[in-house]
Amino acid sequence: MPNWQWFHRLGSPKWLLITLDRWLPWVLGLAFLTLLLSLIWGLAFTPPDYKQGDVFRIIYIHVPAAVVALAAYYAMAIAGAIAIIWRMKVADMVLRSIAPVGAVLTFIALFTGAIWGKPTWGTYWVWQDARLTSMLILFFLYLGIIALHDAFNGSASGQRAAAIMSLVGTVNIPIIYKSVDWWASLHQPASIKFTEESTIALEMFQPLMIAIPGFYLFCLAAVMLNMKVQIAHNSRNNSWMIEHAKIDS
Amino acid sequence: MFADDFQPTVRRSLLSILIDPINKQLSAVNGLVLDGIGCQKAYRQLFSGVTVSLRAGQGLHVAGSNGSGKTTLLKIIAGLSNDYQGSIGWRCSDELNHVIDKSDLLYLGHLTGVKSLLTPLENLSWWVSLCLPAYPIGSDEITQALQQIGLNSELNTPCHFLSAGQQRRVALARLLLSQQRVWILDEPFTALDHLGISQIENCIKRHQSSGGMVIMTSHQVVSNVELINLNLADYQQRPN
Amino acid sequence: MLVSANENFSSYRVFTAILFRDLTVYFRYRGSWINPLFFILVVITLFSLGFGADSQALRVYSPSIIWVTALLAVLLSLDSLFKTDFDDGSLEQLILSSQSLYLSVLAKILAHWFVTGLPIVLATPLISLILGVSFEVLPEVSLGLLLGTGILSFIGAIGASLTVSLASGGLLLSLLSMPLYVPAMIFGVQYLQDAIAGWPLVPSLSMLIGLLLAAVVLSPLAIMAGLKLSVEA
Repeated sequence: MPNWQWFHRLGSPKWLLITLDRWLPWVLGLAFLTLLLSLIWGLAFTPPDYKQGDVFRIIYIHVPAAVVALAAYYAMAIAGAIAIIWRMKVADMVLRSIAPVGAVLTFIALFTGAIWGKPTWGTYWVWQDARLTSMLILFFLYLGIIALHDAFNGSASGQRAAAIMSLVGTVNIPIIYKSVDWWASLHQPASIKFTEESTIALEMFQPLMIAIPGFYLFCLAAVMLNMKVQIAHNSRNNSWMIEHAKIDS
Repeated sequence: MFADDFQPTVRRSLLSILIDPINKQLSAVNGLVLDGIGCQKAYRQLFSGVTVSLRAGQGLHVAGSNGSGKTTLLKIIAGLSNDYQGSIGWRCSDELNHVIDKSDLLYLGHLTGVKSLLTPLENLSWWVSLCLPAYPIGSDEITQALQQIGLNSELNTPCHFLSAGQQRRVALARLLLSQQRVWILDEPFTALDHLGISQIENCIKRHQSSGGMVIMTSHQVVSNVELINLNLADYQQRPN
Repeated sequence: MLVSANENFSSYRVFTAILFRDLTVYFRYRGSWINPLFFILVVITLFSLGFGADSQALRVYSPSIIWVTALLAVLLSLDSLFKTDFDDGSLEQLILSSQSLYLSVLAKILAHWFVTGLPIVLATPLISLILGVSFEVLPEVSLGLLLGTGILSFIGAIGASLTVSLASGGLLLSLLSMPLYVPAMIFGVQYLQDAIAGWPLVPSLSMLIGLLLAAVVLSPLAIMAGLKLSVEA
């Protein structure tokens, strides 16, 4: 007989808040450790690229941010599906907590991509690249979902609206990616090569393999912090929350 | 999101295969059981633990002050809102279903669904096609219903030229054509004159005596109809 | 068997009832079909004036101009798709009808397309004239706009259903729909470029048809959920 107690406890904001409080320092600490390790290794001890020089080191921010931004979207959509199907309030809180973190990560990926693009491709932005364009669309989707959620002033309708929108986006992202890809293959200007198959050296790859989990952990910690804010906001009139706030301060 | 659409459809098509259409009446709704219904809105508990049961021919009058959640409760019972605690059971012969067969439900909300650009005749015909598509109700019956409720010369006047009471009558004419067993009426008497009110009360009485159920809210005193009183003030949580 | 035949007939009755009722409402309020048409003609005229004497550049960029203006015209008109029904309570009756909400949604979008998309398609000769697009490719351009306005209506209706209960949902509707419009935009412009240049049309045309079919089949699912949550509050 599996123990389902934790599942039912998820419905209790008080239990959730206490659990988040217990785990947050560990996740945050681990995130900082891995990020620090990968960045020091990647920025200081990895040899420079023979073609790009030191510029390539931006991949230790750019690649993990892009990977986690996309993964966060799918995590958010799964939370949205759970919120619709089982009507779990916690799932909605997860959705609303992931959205701003995902949006910021997407922005970081776009921003670092543009900085990286200037010295390597000679331009900040290339419309024909499917990855760039779909990242930009992902950023708009995140913003749209946040705006939709907040437009309902915290009512249950807004939570479901945001969940539906996140699911619609899940169907759309692959279509957007493929359509830009197909479009680019017709228009690709000869002067710029950006779909070159990268054969990355092992020494450059190792710090990246630490940076990606580091970003995942950091994203998790940020989502947990956001969830704490959500719980505090939603239960601001409950007596236990007022007590809890007093203990903290 | 499909479950609530899917179930009645499946049930109906199974019924049509298994039972012959004449016996279909057997499965019609003849009772409602509300068990511990509660609703939260914007982190505030509107009401909780609403428990009441209705049999065929009975009526429920939901009372309460402004903002006590009367409309919300009606929407929950009608199946328009799924954001509630507790359970709703519709008794069909011996079994309790969580969803009502939508063809057995007439819902007249605070907003009545009368288009102001259309005439009373067009409005009612549209509603008949939408909510009673399986019944052979022609334009003669529709005209008759509108005349009966007191709209004679306005049949072909766009509704935005009519008064508030007359527009309300366009919506209430549905009660005269209704084939549904359950009526959910949110403030049906708003903007009606005395004659109109007594007309609707008679209509509700006739419906009850033929085995129908009525669930309604009203600020007016409903004197001529026998209704079970449900005061939402009794189900409000005391602030702690 | 008799009963199921009867039920099929009632779905058909509901579909036509909604379609004709919506068309009647739209035709009683003339602005609902004149305004989008007027909008697209005004914006295209402004573009042409903006390009000045450079009619060559205008011709080159005409596919993008046609698509962006059509997109904006459809998007601006979509705000009203479910709004009046929400405001007067018809939406609740629609949801509580025993007949399929899927078909009702299809009927409503079809009626809306008849008064917003179709006039744009019928105005193709005028649009081509203003932008200097050759009349030889008129059938191809019209077909592209026919498919395109259909896709734009169905996808945009998702946003319209989610924002219908908001007091000022118009801007949010645009924000939500723009990202979803990217594939339609890309293939639509591609198709028009191919058509005007006289290139083979099969690849981009089949993509447009595919997008339209997917939008017709899938978007009502999201729209149904959106409408249901809108009447909940």
